[in-house]
Amino acid sequence: MYNQKVMGIFNNPQNAGVLRGANGVGTASDIVCGDIIRIYLQIQNDKIIDAKFKTFGCVASITASEVLTEMVKNCNLDDVVNITDTNIINELDGLPAEKQHCAILAKNSLDEAILDYYKRLEKAQIAK
Amino acid sequence: MNRIYLDNAATTSLSSEVLNEMMPYFTNIYGNASSLHSFGREARTALDTARERIAEGIGCEPSEIYFTSGATESNNWILNGIAKANRDKGNHIITSKIEHPSILRVCEKLEREGFRVTYLDVDKQGLIRIDQLLHNIDTETVLISLMSANNEIGTIQNLQAIANIAREKGVMFHTDATQAIGSVNINCRDMGIDALSLSGHKINGPKGVGALYIKKGVKISPFMLGGEQENNMRAGTSNLAGIVGLGKAVEVATRDIITNTKKIRQLRDYFICEVQKNIEMTYLNGHPVQRLPNNVSFSFGMVEGESLLMMLDASGIAVSTGSACSSGSLEKFYVLEAIKVPTDLAQGTIRFTLSKSTTKEELDYVVAELVKIVAKLRHISPISKSQVGKK
Repeated sequence: MYNQKVMGIFNNPQNAGVLRGANGVGTASDIVCGDIIRIYLQIQNDKIIDAKFKTFGCVASITASEVLTEMVKNCNLDDVVNITDTNIINELDGLPAEKQHCAILAKNSLDEAILDYYKRLEKAQIAK
Repeated sequence: MNRIYLDNAATTSLSSEVLNEMMPYFTNIYGNASSLHSFGREARTALDTARERIAEGIGCEPSEIYFTSGATESNNWILNGIAKANRDKGNHIITSKIEHPSILRVCEKLEREGFRVTYLDVDKQGLIRIDQLLHNIDTETVLISLMSANNEIGTIQNLQAIANIAREKGVMFHTDATQAIGSVNINCRDMGIDALSLSGHKINGPKGVGALYIKKGVKISPFMLGGEQENNMRAGTSNLAGIVGLGKAVEVATRDIITNTKKIRQLRDYFICEVQKNIEMTYLNGHPVQRLPNNVSFSFGMVEGESLLMMLDASGIAVSTGSACSSGSLEKFYVLEAIKVPTDLAQGTIRFTLSKSTTKEELDYVVAELVKIVAKLRHISPISKSQVGKK
């Protein structure tokens, strides 16, 4: 069902776990399949320094989280917002048709994490 | 790497005893059982023997056994055939919410054709309520179809009580015994069962062959037309080797039932105990006692089933998630939903089904791997302990 690249990543994810010092954290859940993805971002001057994830989900959700966190590292937020679910699927050399929604879920949690970062910035500025 | 197969509810290996019985029918004995010459007659004799063995195994007459391609066909046939042939008598069918899709999808189709179908609830352990069954029978009811034992959670229904009520009310009772043969003592004659579906490959027999028992006198329309096979009820050249294998498999399964179930049950209880001792937030689904001797259905908190399955697979261990369904939606958890398992736990459900060749050493290895894999997945889970079972 899954290709070799996906299974390789699944068996050895590098970015799984909590990111201490994250200043953008976002969670998204898929009400149809039940999967939950949380993305942690550490951002400095609008550039992502580090990214990690925690995922409750299938092989597709875990690997989509892994490649997405890898893709965004050292990228500017302006570039990151252009990443699409198709980019994630391509990075995995494809996902089965019924699993492609997992890439959308990963992308949604990234958006939530970026949104959280901006909200924190806004709060900090108001505090000043 | 040694592989460990704990998915015996999906299918089983073909036993050598069965294969030996089948071998001549792949090579030397190839006649068409419908032919009049000696080649045909020897095939016919083999067919008769298989019929007798199955009749002996489930307690009915050989003439009441009809060979099919498997339990899915048997289930399709009994529902469609009874509904069609008894329309003048009534248009109501009673079944349950936890039946196999080969019952549920046919019932839904019959509903679209104007039949009424009652889907009985089950309690948290997976048992139907006898009083609810009784209250739902009316003058229009032509069939009660309830599985003997559930494929996912292993719960065994109170077959005798159901059969008694059906008999009292004069309603026909069919049971899908696919998972129960070889695990549960069934005698159709003594118990008052009017129809029963069974399958070869679940009991160390071949795939692609099964049977439907229909009590003499039951009004049912044929499944397939175009030949006089199976008493004109199921046309098509008999699957000789398969049928011979099925006959032997039923004979062996019912012959060895006491020895096998005792051994497997002991191992299963050991496994349940070890897993729950070593992994917290692990919940057993189904009935604690009245369950198939080889079935363990566990929900692991904070963990998703497919990931767990694939990691076990990487360790050489074959299991199944809630059901063998490949659908990407939560609908596949309909049995777990019926027994009120919270959604997140349903998603973290794994079914382990043992066989007579499963060993304690294998199970010890599985427990050790499970401990590691569940810990690994919990480490990356965004669900906290306090959230488990809340959805």
